[in-house]
Amino acid sequence: MAETTDVMRWQTKPLECWRLAKEIREQYYRNYAQAREKGGLRWVGGAWSFGAIPCGLGDDVYGLTSEPYGATIAFNKDLALECQEAAEKYGFARDLCSYMRNYWGSVLLNKYAWGGPFPKPDFVWQDHICCSHAKWYQVVSELEGGIPYFCIDVAVGPYHERTDSRVEYMVGQMHDGIQWLEKITGRRYDDEKLIEAVKNEIRCTSLWAEICTLNKAVPAPLDEKSMYSLYVHLVLNRYTPEVVSFYQTLRDEVKDRVANQIAACPTERCRLMTDTQPPWAFLKIFRYMESYGAVSIGSLYTYGLMGIYDDQPDGSWGAKVTPMERGVAIKTRDQALRAYAEWTLAKPLWQHFYNPALKSRMMARLAREWQVNGVLLHYNRGCEGLSIGIAENRLALLKEGFPVMPFEGNMGDEREFDDTRVMSRIDTFMETLGLRKLY
Amino acid sequence: MSPFQKFQEWHQNRHQYAQEWKARTGGKVLGYFCTYVPEEILYAADVLPVRILGSHEPEDVTEPHIFAMFCPFCRDCLAQGLKGRFDYLDGIMISQSCLHIRQAFWSWQLHIPTSFSYYLPMPHHVQSPRAQDYLRGELAQFKGAVEGWTGRTLTDADLDRGMEIMNTNRRLMKQVYELRKAPNPPLVGADAMEMVLSSQMTDKREHNQELAALLEKLPQQKRDGDPPVRLMIIGSEDDDVAFIKMAESLGAVFVSDDHCTGTRYFWNEALPQEDRLMAIAQRYLDRTPCPTKDWPERRRFQQILRLAKEYGVQGALLIQQKFCDPHESDIPQLARLLKENGIPSYFLEFDMTVPLGPFRTRVEAFLETLREEDLF
Repeated sequence: MAETTDVMRWQTKPLECWRLAKEIREQYYRNYAQAREKGGLRWVGGAWSFGAIPCGLGDDVYGLTSEPYGATIAFNKDLALECQEAAEKYGFARDLCSYMRNYWGSVLLNKYAWGGPFPKPDFVWQDHICCSHAKWYQVVSELEGGIPYFCIDVAVGPYHERTDSRVEYMVGQMHDGIQWLEKITGRRYDDEKLIEAVKNEIRCTSLWAEICTLNKAVPAPLDEKSMYSLYVHLVLNRYTPEVVSFYQTLRDEVKDRVANQIAACPTERCRLMTDTQPPWAFLKIFRYMESYGAVSIGSLYTYGLMGIYDDQPDGSWGAKVTPMERGVAIKTRDQALRAYAEWTLAKPLWQHFYNPALKSRMMARLAREWQVNGVLLHYNRGCEGLSIGIAENRLALLKEGFPVMPFEGNMGDEREFDDTRVMSRIDTFMETLGLRKLY
Repeated sequence: MSPFQKFQEWHQNRHQYAQEWKARTGGKVLGYFCTYVPEEILYAADVLPVRILGSHEPEDVTEPHIFAMFCPFCRDCLAQGLKGRFDYLDGIMISQSCLHIRQAFWSWQLHIPTSFSYYLPMPHHVQSPRAQDYLRGELAQFKGAVEGWTGRTLTDADLDRGMEIMNTNRRLMKQVYELRKAPNPPLVGADAMEMVLSSQMTDKREHNQELAALLEKLPQQKRDGDPPVRLMIIGSEDDDVAFIKMAESLGAVFVSDDHCTGTRYFWNEALPQEDRLMAIAQRYLDRTPCPTKDWPERRRFQQILRLAKEYGVQGALLIQQKFCDPHESDIPQLARLLKENGIPSYFLEFDMTVPLGPFRTRVEAFLETLREEDLF
């Protein structure tokens, strides 16, 4: 890219739904903490667990998902260090998943990130694709005194190679899980609530893909740092009507920003993308890059952690048509679970667990269609699940002609992030892209 | 001459063995990355499965392919391919296990092409009743792929033969292990490790013959001197014979293990049933699990305790390949469980090369605590 000194400035303004996003998030954590006061139930599990399923137990059942909770702790450096040291004192290695160590430490210290003691869950509802998933909650179940624990194995191969037998394995475990939920809670399961929750989740994950697709526009209406605060509901309670409504509002607002060329970064002159979770305690790197006029428009992580995509009639990548839009009947428990399994298997961030080439192809496609000038790869020591194959992704992107800057860090353990060194690397990378600091 | 000499030779000359086997039989050799690979089906097709293991040399070629936070074992395995040491392989495969070793498979697949490459999505939820039908289906698909590759249809008789070869090997190695229960066992841990490792590198029909001969001779072997301290070694992949020999030079003997280069590899058999593929599926679901598949119940811990008691274990070394997340998640709880059951344990983290000097000091200190020796 040619060096520019006279920089065009785009119009910008804050997102109108920003406050709503924050309120929904706070309410989520409050609901979990206060569930018992209202006679309700609490469950814990991973961000990818099939959260719509416990909804069939009633409207007073609240979840706490572990990865966003671990990230929340990571953002608070002092608490994160306390939690990590508690986990290490217990005997856990410090190279384990840093979200997991933050979470375990929070339980061991009996300290809730939002104040007060850690609210003890009634049961664990987890899924497993990364080695750490099932082990995470095996330990939690033990640390919490042996609370009931159910986990669904979803590691059945990539979406394009799915077979009836593979889907059946997942659906069968879901059916078993519902019977288990009835048994451990003593509650009667309501299929109507399940069906509604599954549809909500499908709507949310499709809406998010639609929103991310709008970010192809130049200037980008959203920057990645802001998107972290917007995508979070997908990993908290995507199965609720409130969250569907939020994403409809956000989609409409982003559409409006595209139509009126309202930029996330007013000096956008270079578009970047990243990979894997960011170092949460050092989000300042995004604002720093903006001082060069470089905006991170997102990543396969931000877009595909929960968003579900498909080829569009024009050959581009965009939101996948939902089963409801296709007229698929979702009227029974089995139909709901089957639609849920099929839809979730298409998740972009589940594909690289079977081959890094699948991720490389999606990353290159994203870079092309979103008009990306360079890629920052976070070699994330805190997450083996999203870092597997990353070195091969780097080689593939280089082969495709994209400038790539890897940097080593840790999403949740700031002890493994070299602030000065990373900033210095960013300076060098910006220079190689022909950029100079604007302010 | 040691009755284990043949096993040692096979272990040390694994590549030469495989190349000669190929020249002798005209058969195909397949390299595999995890012991969840159903070797029964490969033996049914007269394909020689050989396990891809590292060489314990410093890392020098894998950095561009695998991020350094992944275990040294997976990088060491890939290094063997990148250095051309397995150039004779006709195919590679992995049965889905941990994330780490998958990367060695993928990078091998990308950069060292072979005529056959297979990823078998072995279930993780092996305790689920749904896993049986699922894995049976995957084995059927894999069998079809092997048939396509080799150009021959595998019959029930072929599968029976494959199961028989594997089961015989398991049964015979278990009989050898049985002898380790003796107060002064006729074999040491290094012998046992080389026996199991060589079974992963040779034609099991030959290995079985050697095992049968060993079982003729071994019960007569007597070891003199005071009974050594009886240790068990537990942890992730471990083919570090040098470490075992060093520890056993300090007045200890390993009498049992929980390794995928030990009991986890061969302890249970495929029990015959009409549906052969179901029999094979059941065997891999019921085997002592790798920690990555050991949930929600901790069934591996129960097997470890059984072995420790049956083999009169006085202390356990918990070893782990650096960065091995599944084992790292288990070790604190396992150490507590062993302690509750009166078995002291000591933890060591392994890398590609093991620092024998510092490790000697640490193992010596552990043995001193077990012997309750006075220091002065």
